[in-house]
Amino acid sequence: MSNDFRTCPDTGFKIHLPADKLIKWNAVTAIVFLLIGGIFGLLVALTRWPAVHILPPDLFYLALTAHGLDVLLVWVIFFEIALLYFTSAVLLNARLVGPKLGWLAYVLMLGGALMTNVAVLRGDSSVMFTSYVPMQAAPDFYLGIILFAVGALIGCGLFFATIIVAKKERTYEGSIPLVTFGALTAAIIAVFTILAGAAILVPTLFWSMGLIAHIDTLMYKVVWWAMGHSSQQINVAAHIAVWYAIAAILFGAKPLSEKVSRFAFLLYILFLQLASAHHLLVEPGLSSEYKIFNTSYALYLAVLASMIHGLTVPGAVEAAQRKKGFNKGLFEWLRKAPWGNPVFSGFAMSVVFFGFLGGISGVMMGTEQLNIIIHNTIYVPGHFHATVVTGTTLAFMALSYWLVPTLWQKELFLPGIAKWQPYLFGIGMALVSTFMMGAGTLGVPRRHWDISFADAAMGFDFPAAAYLMMGLNGISAIVAALGAMIFIINMVGTLLLGKDKVPAAAAPEEPVAPAAPPASAATSYGSAGTMEVPGTFVLALIFLVSFILYYFVNWKYLASVWGLS
Amino acid sequence: MADPGTGAPPPETGGDTGEPIPFMQQLLDNPLLLLFIGVVSPTVLYILWGLMEIVAIPMAQ
Amino acid sequence: MAIFPPKERIWWNTPVEKTEVMWVTIALIWALVMFFMMPYWHLTGDQNLSNEAYKISADAYAEKTEKMAALYKVREEGDTGIPVVAPPAGSDVYMLGRLWEWWPVLELEAGKTYRLHLSSLDWQHGFSLLPENINIQVHPDYEMVVTVTPKNPGEYGIVCNEFCGAGHHTMVGKIYVK
Repeated sequence: MSNDFRTCPDTGFKIHLPADKLIKWNAVTAIVFLLIGGIFGLLVALTRWPAVHILPPDLFYLALTAHGLDVLLVWVIFFEIALLYFTSAVLLNARLVGPKLGWLAYVLMLGGALMTNVAVLRGDSSVMFTSYVPMQAAPDFYLGIILFAVGALIGCGLFFATIIVAKKERTYEGSIPLVTFGALTAAIIAVFTILAGAAILVPTLFWSMGLIAHIDTLMYKVVWWAMGHSSQQINVAAHIAVWYAIAAILFGAKPLSEKVSRFAFLLYILFLQLASAHHLLVEPGLSSEYKIFNTSYALYLAVLASMIHGLTVPGAVEAAQRKKGFNKGLFEWLRKAPWGNPVFSGFAMSVVFFGFLGGISGVMMGTEQLNIIIHNTIYVPGHFHATVVTGTTLAFMALSYWLVPTLWQKELFLPGIAKWQPYLFGIGMALVSTFMMGAGTLGVPRRHWDISFADAAMGFDFPAAAYLMMGLNGISAIVAALGAMIFIINMVGTLLLGKDKVPAAAAPEEPVAPAAPPASAATSYGSAGTMEVPGTFVLALIFLVSFILYYFVNWKYLASVWGLS
Repeated sequence: MADPGTGAPPPETGGDTGEPIPFMQQLLDNPLLLLFIGVVSPTVLYILWGLMEIVAIPMAQ
Repeated sequence: MAIFPPKERIWWNTPVEKTEVMWVTIALIWALVMFFMMPYWHLTGDQNLSNEAYKISADAYAEKTEKMAALYKVREEGDTGIPVVAPPAGSDVYMLGRLWEWWPVLELEAGKTYRLHLSSLDWQHGFSLLPENINIQVHPDYEMVVTVTPKNPGEYGIVCNEFCGAGHHTMVGKIYVK
């Protein structure tokens, strides 16, 4: 069996060849769907730019449906399946259990994704990602998502089987690595997501085929969001695992404390998925007790977990940098970080934007009463472009700059432009989020073709600032799309045209995609012990102050609107 | 650190002492137990609670 | 490193550095503050959605709405044919959403309180009162009752912000506040 393995020349990991192949195919397929979904996204942004208004209404709603599905589900989940195989088989030096099932999973996911895309492109299933009943799509729309989910469930099963078998076969000793533990968290949330999805989409499929007469709109929403929101919580757990991985790969960083970081992931496992209730805060008939308990992830314990990761991830980097001698003042460790390396710059922006833009806005609008002034405005997509795009997608891009050259043993195709790509994409997308949130506070609705209401019997005049922000949103989206395009060209180019990698030992100078830290550093391990991280602590306090101010400003704003009781 | 398959403790080689593994570490090292609580917790607290409230909404007069 | 198994056999008992302990404590306190803000606002704040809701058929809801509109109609809105209805303060006020209009137009008095009923006759709609930016989800088969107290006189738009098909972006209604 040992000839089923190769040893990675950069990292020393023993890589199971069938796992290697599955990781590559899932990752590449993910990137293809990022391209497709991204194009739809750009068309949406250009239509919502009032001066450009590029698509007619039917195509706009079609493109918006396709955009949501292809990036919120297909891109991230294909990449996450690749991550699950990587963090189990590769990081544990183990064989991937059931590679044939892995291919079945791949085929089901790809087939399902294509089926749903075809249904949407046909034009009879423009029901948005959420497909709220009683609006009805064609049966193959639901069936495609179900097949995709079954494939993903098989992938999760292989991940669990692999870590359990690896333990039995003793390819590692003691506990699984922290990164694998983060991936485990993502896999657990994924299993819940998929089961909830099956519970609602299978009846909805039967309903669209005429076999079931009626689906309750409120019940649909409760169960659908157990899938819809949790699917995005998979991303959170997965990209935080990626953050820890990048800190380790680039800096040889050790977690400040295994206990604290793993406990934070446990809080995710227990409570993160309750936040599906964020979508139910202005629905009829659900009690405030239910709303408050669930929307707050039970006393905000999952937010506590995110704030812990927000300290421990940069803290681990600071500790590692200080150990290397970057010890001057509060921030030398940060100033002397490799800002020209896309793995680092993408990672750093992912941490900052996810926390400041995505995290704070998410908690604010997930507050029971504050949701009243936010629900279904374009503030909501503003928030989740910060979490899913500048958080998850940017983290996955950053990791790809390391993973793709390492797995394929190729040099990066365009190393020069790669230095700029994360900034272009990250800052472009951060502006997209900011402008959407700004427009949302003025009441601009999401999923809306024409805020000038030109064809409507009655109208409403949005202030000029709303138009301005939707225009700036369009411009920022072009910048971000350019960044995404450069990433995709670079990745595909590396695979097809990249030069074979010079063995790491003989590399003439520091490559853009970093080699892994030397094996000697790699073998030592342990909590950072007494290492202090004052710089990170100061950054965390800045975050906290912004959080508190923004939170209470919104309460003040809420207090100014009509009385409701 | 229960072995998820059998519940039997796995062999320890790297251990310097025979000190028992703390309960919380055993929990965090048990993927299937974590999977179980990670699925049951939101199913009960979010889905079932929510559905029960919807069922209890009264009819309008 | 986080990509390798922990070296210690027992890592749970490794002491935690004080910066981390401090941050976890601060974050926990903040989490609790945010949690208790919600019940606190129920006790002291003026903007809380009620949980009053009923199951109702589309026909029954349409009938109630039409009855109110016939009783308190004061004029029609421009040439749209949609009645403008001015129900007395404190009364039950009905508004329905359907493809693709909010019906009827309401005329309310500032500072007075009304029991506003909302439901849909077909698909889900989003009641977005602008420029106040008060947003409520409207379901078919469910009637939600919200007690509203308009603050300032003026003309308010109701934009549908839940996607409801081809004409979604033309679904706009109105409330006048005197």
